[in-house]
Amino acid sequence: MSARTLLLTGGGLAALLMSVAVAVTIGPADISTGDVWASVAAHLGVGESTLTPLRDGIVWNLRMPRTLLAAVCGAGLAVCGAVMQSLLRNPLADPFVLGVSSGASTGAVAVVVLGVGGGAVSLSAGAFLGALLSFALVLLLSHALGGSTDRVVLSGVAAMQLFSALTSFTVLTSADADTTRAVLFWLLGSLTGADWAQVLLCALVLAVVLAVCLGYARTLDAFAFGDEAAAGLGVRVARTRLVLLSATALLTAALVSGAGAIGFVGLVLPHATRALTGAGHARLLPVTALTGAVFLVWVDTLARTALDPQEVPVGVVTSLIGVPAFVAVLYRGRSKA
Amino acid sequence: MTGLPERDMTGRAEQDMSGRTQPGMSGRPQPGMTGLRADRVSRRTADKVIVDGLTLTLGPGETVGLLGPNGSGKSTLLRLLAGVLAPTAGVVTLDGRPLPEVGRRATARRIATVEQHAHTQTELTVRDVVALGRIPHRRAWTPPTAADAEAVSAALARTGLTDRAAQSWHTLSGGERQRTQIARALAQEPRELLLDEPTNHLDIQHQLDLLELVAGLPVTTVIALHDLNLAAMYCDRLLVLRDGRAVAEGTPAEVLTPALIEQVYAVRAEVTTEPGHPVIRFLRRGAQPSARPA
Repeated sequence: MSARTLLLTGGGLAALLMSVAVAVTIGPADISTGDVWASVAAHLGVGESTLTPLRDGIVWNLRMPRTLLAAVCGAGLAVCGAVMQSLLRNPLADPFVLGVSSGASTGAVAVVVLGVGGGAVSLSAGAFLGALLSFALVLLLSHALGGSTDRVVLSGVAAMQLFSALTSFTVLTSADADTTRAVLFWLLGSLTGADWAQVLLCALVLAVVLAVCLGYARTLDAFAFGDEAAAGLGVRVARTRLVLLSATALLTAALVSGAGAIGFVGLVLPHATRALTGAGHARLLPVTALTGAVFLVWVDTLARTALDPQEVPVGVVTSLIGVPAFVAVLYRGRSKA
Repeated sequence: MTGLPERDMTGRAEQDMSGRTQPGMSGRPQPGMTGLRADRVSRRTADKVIVDGLTLTLGPGETVGLLGPNGSGKSTLLRLLAGVLAPTAGVVTLDGRPLPEVGRRATARRIATVEQHAHTQTELTVRDVVALGRIPHRRAWTPPTAADAEAVSAALARTGLTDRAAQSWHTLSGGERQRTQIARALAQEPRELLLDEPTNHLDIQHQLDLLELVAGLPVTTVIALHDLNLAAMYCDRLLVLRDGRAVAEGTPAEVLTPALIEQVYAVRAEVTTEPGHPVIRFLRRGAQPSARPA
């Protein structure tokens, strides 16, 4: 690892730790950073908690898992976005370009509205299965169409449209008002229901997928001049694409099942991070994981406190910030076309 | 790099950028066993034969020109030789082993390709692009080694791009981009270099500069060209294609005759033999060849 990479990842890690520590203190209940440390230390088995059980519960059972899930989602979405953009040679690709989020919505709606699984399957599990189903459909479709990058993107768009339509149809014909509101809130992306099980599951998938992607870092670099140039540099293009698309789809499915489809993090953060790190993936991927994590921790803090006591879905806030950035990406791309 | 390049074997061994000792280079190579070879390769699509039973053997250090009109199969033959396209019949071998058996990464450490157009939306510096050439040599989860850095520096120096290493790819001219791609190819430390019409869209000065650079490289080169005079100046041997088949093969003086040019390109020309290489002059419709003997 070069000195610059160490500096960036070290700085990013420090920023993330501080962000989490501070974000947990922000909210209606008055909690200090010291209280956070005391609670965390007590739960990790070092030291006694000096907090009342209520305040300890706010830190350990509510704010901490929520903040950490925000960090994991931000990191995962940013990594998936960076990988998709390079792999599909499309600066506008994001983790949901393969229809994973729409498939997840359909799965979630099937469970919540239609009662598929008879109550034995949770909303998260339904979303996860729907996401993988959609991804499998996109792979089959793009393979049948010839497997080039633009076919993959078009197949993803087709799947996205199909599953969005299925979701809307199901909600409009079968759901009552309360269920619709619950589903809508989840569709827009929300970290409200975060618990430790979700945090651990998503963190585990993130760790594995990030390790795989880092192993493919120089291979991802090779795609800069297209598939054939990558093949000329010794890359087995079809195999690499299958492995990386599957890995990122798995991670996206896990994140979406936990927090809904939080848009724009995966689109915008990799672009912003490239300005800092350059295009090399060995540096870009770890740093964008950190910038994504810090970004979503703060956006979620904003989402749950800005209109207190009402909560704004975090996906709405990311999009409000994301759309202007998206336009900027398009504007920059104009000069290079 | 002045005048025609020297083609002396010992000079080439000294220039070898890899610094590896190559025992096979000193002895007389076994025909068909060393180097890159295409043996009766064909490439068919559902409704068209693009390359039809071509055989090409490359001597070490040779510069072989591929000639022929658009659609004659030059690019496809180069892609077959690089192994990025699989032949529908026949076999491409490297030191006697078929390319699929050699493997993609090992192939990319031996054979480098420069495409006609290189396009990217990624923000890269010249050094970043050249460093891509190290990918087949690098291992997963490991940073670049000293050997990687040396190969990149050597490739930049060889192509005269050392001063431009930090410049953005998107600010380069067409000639500089091709030069950068050649530097990237050299960073692969290949023994075979394949170029597909690298002088397209370059002005005449940059065409000559680029071919001078390519002809002086210590590698075996196959280069597709449009310009017959450039081919005559810089190639040791020519292979002329038409409709995917070989029409002629030999030295420029043997191959570039008025009869062949008329047969392949359907244009009339006269050829004068200058010292070193033939010179082709195309004739206007109805014009008579000059009295000078061809």
